[in-house]
Amino acid sequence: MCALCGVLGGMEHWTDSVARPGIFTRNTDAASRRRERMNRVAAANRVLSCYRINLADWQGSAFALSTATGKTEIVDNLAHLWMAAERLLGRPCDPLDENLIALMERELG
Amino acid sequence: MADTAPDLTPVTLITGSLGSGKTTLLQRLLLDPSMSDTAVLINEFGEIGLDHHLLERIDETMVMLQSGCICCTIRSELSTAIKDLHSRRECGLLSPFRRLVIESTGLADPFPILSTVRSDPVLRHHFCLGNVITTVDAVNGARQLDAQPESVKQVAVADRLVLTKTDLATAEAINCLTNRLHYINPCAPLWRAVEDDLDADTLLSADDIGVARWQPADGHGHTPDGHRHADDIRTLALSFDEPVDWTRFGVWLTMLLHRHGDELLRVKGILNVADAETPVAVHAVQHLVHPPRHLGAWPDGDRRSRLVFITRGIDPALIERSFRAFSSVPHTANRSRGMRQ
Repeated sequence: MCALCGVLGGMEHWTDSVARPGIFTRNTDAASRRRERMNRVAAANRVLSCYRINLADWQGSAFALSTATGKTEIVDNLAHLWMAAERLLGRPCDPLDENLIALMERELG
Repeated sequence: MADTAPDLTPVTLITGSLGSGKTTLLQRLLLDPSMSDTAVLINEFGEIGLDHHLLERIDETMVMLQSGCICCTIRSELSTAIKDLHSRRECGLLSPFRRLVIESTGLADPFPILSTVRSDPVLRHHFCLGNVITTVDAVNGARQLDAQPESVKQVAVADRLVLTKTDLATAEAINCLTNRLHYINPCAPLWRAVEDDLDADTLLSADDIGVARWQPADGHGHTPDGHRHADDIRTLALSFDEPVDWTRFGVWLTMLLHRHGDELLRVKGILNVADAETPVAVHAVQHLVHPPRHLGAWPDGDRRSRLVFITRGIDPALIERSFRAFSSVPHTANRSRGMRQ
């Protein structure tokens, strides 16, 4: 369901594009989908850890986003992740925030 | 799985300011025999539509939307019109068309039109976004860019630019405007409607000749006529050797568009994705990201990733820093960039 409008069968997110000729996607078979979900959780947590929140796979069909105190939201895909994270945090998640960039750069070394 | 997916009909948008030559361009393209299987949808603002008469092609694959500007008032009418064309094609009531061209009003913001095609639950399964072709009037273009924010946006989101009325403007004015257009959108190839051969297939084909040909400038660029324009458009063009982690890139771009999508007029690039043999083309217009395309080969054998961001009011240096930190692409000697602000 689309989190913005509540319409069933929400818009396909570009990171989960349906496999068709000419389209680059890792949404091709069960193993690739599973592997990409794990990679996505790790990549998102690299950023989310700066906000002290955590993303986990939920039944292979959605993701659970949780704060350190256990407040949790279920999100379908990356399109909904940042909206849910901002709701849980009560503030914006901005990739151009210099403090966040500095934290990420520190990890990059 | 991929082989069973249906072919999607590309939708090309022709946009440009009022009087910039959209209908003349369409009229010229429709003379090309390769356009015979193209459906056309014209949107006119006003009570009496004229453009379809000017096109001199009245058949069942030409549809007229007359009740207002599609970008703001009749998006549902636009989706209904496209669905109707599709339905009649499926029923065999129309000669099959393999692409659709929409000519918008000169007042239109291109984003809602593109968004309609991508987000409508029916349309997105049968149609995909093709190129945005923007016409710019060589005589009045500079004034329109100064006065109308929509004009700047129309240029920024373009995949192809067509400069019209160059026979009526001075060489100096054409030069100045051409530089300004390249400044706003460095990766859109530009044709001159009067002097150049306008091949319909080249204009409408979904390739990435703009990004492939684009070469980053060294250091900081300047606005073509030496002063900051009120449009506050800034361009960041990155080129780098390191393969991109696709998953990290997806997390970063999604986060960036979520927070700054309104100010990111265009993101366009070809990426050397780790574990992928051939390049991946990425296109975004504000919040709208096209499904990433897997290209057949590297243009000119150059395997560097290239990314262009056209922004309004965002510091390009911050985008670059953020991109490198999130995607783990460090600053190295083997990179180049162009930044215009």
